[in-house]
Amino acid sequence: MAVITATANVLAHTPGLVRYGSKPVRDLGRDPGLVDTIGRHLRTYEDALAYPPTQAYVGGIEPEQLRSLPRPWFTARLPDAQALGPFGDVLSEHEFLGLLKRCDRARLVQIDEETLDGASRALAERGLVTSVERDALTPSDSRSIDDAVKRGEAIPLWLGSRVVGSIARGHEEDDSLTANVLLENLAAKTTGVLALRRLFRMLDGRVGPSDVDFVLAGSEEAVGDRYQRGGGAMAKAIAEDAGITRATGVDVKAFCASTLYAVFNAAALVESGVFARVVVVAGGSLAKLGMKYRAHVAASMPIVEDVLAGIAILVERDGAGPRIRLDTLGLHSVATGSSQQAVLEALVMGPLGKAGCRLTDVDRYATEMHNPEVTEPAGSGDVPTGNYRLIAALGAMRGDIPRDGVKDFIARHGMPGYAPTQGHIASAVCYVAHACRAMAEGRMRRVLFMAKGSLFLGRMTEMADGVSFMLESGGQRS
Amino acid sequence: MIDLKGKRVLAIGERDGVNGAAIEACVRSAGAEILYVETQCFV
Repeated sequence: MAVITATANVLAHTPGLVRYGSKPVRDLGRDPGLVDTIGRHLRTYEDALAYPPTQAYVGGIEPEQLRSLPRPWFTARLPDAQALGPFGDVLSEHEFLGLLKRCDRARLVQIDEETLDGASRALAERGLVTSVERDALTPSDSRSIDDAVKRGEAIPLWLGSRVVGSIARGHEEDDSLTANVLLENLAAKTTGVLALRRLFRMLDGRVGPSDVDFVLAGSEEAVGDRYQRGGGAMAKAIAEDAGITRATGVDVKAFCASTLYAVFNAAALVESGVFARVVVVAGGSLAKLGMKYRAHVAASMPIVEDVLAGIAILVERDGAGPRIRLDTLGLHSVATGSSQQAVLEALVMGPLGKAGCRLTDVDRYATEMHNPEVTEPAGSGDVPTGNYRLIAALGAMRGDIPRDGVKDFIARHGMPGYAPTQGHIASAVCYVAHACRAMAEGRMRRVLFMAKGSLFLGRMTEMADGVSFMLESGGQRS
Repeated sequence: MIDLKGKRVLAIGERDGVNGAAIEACVRSAGAEILYVETQCFV
């Protein structure tokens, strides 16, 4: 039996990296003056920390509590917001830059002394770096940072209005190793390392880095070089900087469904007896920072796509935690078809049928949990609510709920979106920690997780993809 | 209500709503000519 015994949900507030998101980079290339407009709409760390969806993500509040908070949520600061929530950290940008430097094995990142000292101290206080690691980091002087940027070999790293560091390209002629690409990859690695280090801190010695047998990474980056873009390596790279020694790992790729695919693959490896402990890890997507900034600026609201998310999930053979029901696996096969009805039939009704459950036998449906406050100003609607309406409609067609019971179904079995638009993490896995807590407290018995991947974006197929499974309470300590 | 017969259509669908292939099938059945079809993902 494969059970989830620990989960970490982490965030890094990185407003200085918004300019390096895919959409801002393209727009700034055409109109460099936009940087001032973007700057006026960036949030402080305190605002990002007290933002209710932030606290829902790190477990300070339950997602359902968002319903009782008036919109817009960015004006409803939570008074008791903690920088370390029950599920993990909300790092400030200077802490993130310190960890970025720590994760830079290629020696391409430079950070100035003041920033690095402050970051190292703060990270040590969080218990995320050791004193040896802290002392091993070498700062750079401002002149060296400026020279690298002026020569066009590096791009600047900002803290507010100040350049505090830089990241250099990895090769003069390799489009896969430009400074922007490497920053994107290193940001994913850093937030993955953050999640995994926090996971081990939570486990408090019961399971340490040397106890892990295998690592699966499910992020959105493409690590590689000009001869093999997207070659991989994130799982092992994160493992190395999280202190894992005797395990290796591989990356799982399926657009936003990657991380959920990684979870069921981890469960399969554990349940089949290949490994006793597998960690699933995912870092954040820098490309998606500021993805809808234009709409946020137009709506006179802060650019709330200023956080990188990370997640780490420990899957073990037996133990205290809910079990992953591999016998309920839902898959979007080639023959499934791409209509929403067909997709949800496969991903929702498939697992329910295999488990012998009705729609209402599942306590919560974790789907695309994107924060509607991010998507609605851009005309993308409330994604989770849209998914719940379709699930309810299918349930009504099957006779599981009355035809006028859609609203009631959403209230009882759905929840508001709270995740940043970091697709692979917003796609259901961000709710694993909440589900584990609710099951441990006896508040829930079953949660269905479903994620969709937009494979068609890569132009190799017109198909989407999806995966789902049920998590059920009942794991016991062996 | 519009009559699509003989019209030329650019179909932009959305993954979590109505995808491009579904729009294409509908407008083609109504007699329209599809010039371009794409599905986008907004998250």
